[in-house]
Amino acid sequence: MKIDKKLAGLACAAGAAVLLAGCATGPSANLDAEFKAMLQNSFSARGIAKMDRLDQDLGQAACSSAKQPPEAVLKQIEGEALASIKWPTGGQYFGDWTRADKLAQSGVGMAWNNPTTDPKTNGGQCYNCHQIDKKEISFGTIGPSLYNYGKLRGVKDVTDPKVAPIIQYTWGKLYNSKAYAGCSNMPRFGHAKILDEEQMRDLMSLLLDPRSPVNQ
Amino acid sequence: MKHPITLTALAALALTGATAAWAQKTASDGIAEYRELLADGNPAELFEVKGEELWKKARGPKNASLEKCDLGKGPGVVKGAWAELPRYFADTGRVQDLESRLLTCMETLQGFKAAEIAKLDFGKGEMANVTALSTWISGQSKGFGFNLPQNHALERKMYALGEKAFFYRGGPMDFSCASCHGEEGKRIRLQDLPVLYKNPGDGLGMAAWPAYRVSNGQMWGMQQRLSDCYRLQRFPNPDFASDVTIALQTYMGVNQKGAKIITPALKR
Amino acid sequence: MADPMRIRAQVAGDKATVRVLMSHEMETGQRKDSSGKAIPAWFIQEVTVAHNGAPVMTAQWGPSVSKNPFMQCAIKGAKAGDKVTVSWTDNKGDKRTDEATVS
Repeated sequence: MKIDKKLAGLACAAGAAVLLAGCATGPSANLDAEFKAMLQNSFSARGIAKMDRLDQDLGQAACSSAKQPPEAVLKQIEGEALASIKWPTGGQYFGDWTRADKLAQSGVGMAWNNPTTDPKTNGGQCYNCHQIDKKEISFGTIGPSLYNYGKLRGVKDVTDPKVAPIIQYTWGKLYNSKAYAGCSNMPRFGHAKILDEEQMRDLMSLLLDPRSPVNQ
Repeated sequence: MKHPITLTALAALALTGATAAWAQKTASDGIAEYRELLADGNPAELFEVKGEELWKKARGPKNASLEKCDLGKGPGVVKGAWAELPRYFADTGRVQDLESRLLTCMETLQGFKAAEIAKLDFGKGEMANVTALSTWISGQSKGFGFNLPQNHALERKMYALGEKAFFYRGGPMDFSCASCHGEEGKRIRLQDLPVLYKNPGDGLGMAAWPAYRVSNGQMWGMQQRLSDCYRLQRFPNPDFASDVTIALQTYMGVNQKGAKIITPALKR
Repeated sequence: MADPMRIRAQVAGDKATVRVLMSHEMETGQRKDSSGKAIPAWFIQEVTVAHNGAPVMTAQWGPSVSKNPFMQCAIKGAKAGDKVTVSWTDNKGDKRTDEATVS
């Protein structure tokens, strides 16, 4: 093993761009394998957090670097994500925004110390990253402000066909954020079963209902 | 007398300068002020005292102290050692961070069983002692700048592996370290987030742990901080002092070369 | 006996500023453990500060004081070399006394 690396090193030093391409795959493929082995040796399943959480799908793998993946890969991630979206049963996009604040405030769920993966007790942890209601000053800035979300998008009546695209986009973003930005930092709440349909409907109302405090 | 005059001058300054500032003060600023006030009387000092005692006391099946423990700068040299960890150790043939090195010394010098200590929950039994020792030892590097060695091939390898770990997305929420610590000027709720793929500056990131957490009254070493990060990333649990935790500290520590260490610090 | 306090006492003009860090759980009695049972209250009830043996301050504390409490006070007329003694008693009858020299 040692000797091969040395040879590869010599080849890289002596060569030009052509050889460099070859070198890029050699040692880096080794590092990849070592890295995967390190993960397996370092982590242990605990509670509801099993080792399969270390497995990556296309999007997770492609977005695991400081650089954005190539345009074509991004498009593929977004396409697959869009296709995975389950639109709400019976076309019913909305729920109860009075229940949604609790959801937006709570960050509970999916960690090894939580008792179950059932979304019923999970929160959306929305305030960790977003401003939502003007009253709540303890909000994060990892995501854009959602204050006046529906108002700013001209949503006066959620049943108006003219605003159907924004309704759909919002549901889609909650269900699988990567459909619209392949390397988005936002979790895929529906796709990963972090939240169920009823919870997402409540959040839809929080954001889009003209009577919601968010749109005052 | 000297003091009354100085106080009046300061008060005058405060009045004139503050009126404009008051109007702009954000919630974050208010909390930063509160934390500064708390900084005097950091309960971490109680753990520092404990840690120093544990270093000097003869304990364990071999009834020996840790005073001959080599933390990388030679046996018994504690001052400045934390600023150069993780690093390669010839006697174990691996790159080790402070807490894994303490386990090595507790086993070889004192006769404790490292593997058993590693299985304990944070805050319990000998694990609590490891935390107290880390608190004191990190305090002995207060004011130093990070200066991790990268001379050995394994040290450079750990850096590369740490970089991969930093950006690795996984778990049901697709979180990597970079999800929170990868962009300038971001915060979770009202907690500012240091950018950790580069040097976030003095007293931030690696430079601020071990720290006493006011919110739960607990003293946390670097291992506990990383372990809890992974819990919130919804990953499975990293084993105590496992390679991924050492690789990440190597990556962050090298990135923070020169950053001033303020440990043991005080956190929310 | 409980873990030691950290006491620092420094002269500043005609007073000495005394800063004390106490090691104590300060359990309010309201917290519940994982089985839902209330964790029994356990907190410092009285703190006294003495200067060269003479008591100069007594404080009555309750469960609202935080874990590992920090206290600061100023003793008028204290000089370098004087002895400052801090004592506390908790609701279980446990006590702790520590001493420092004014610097």
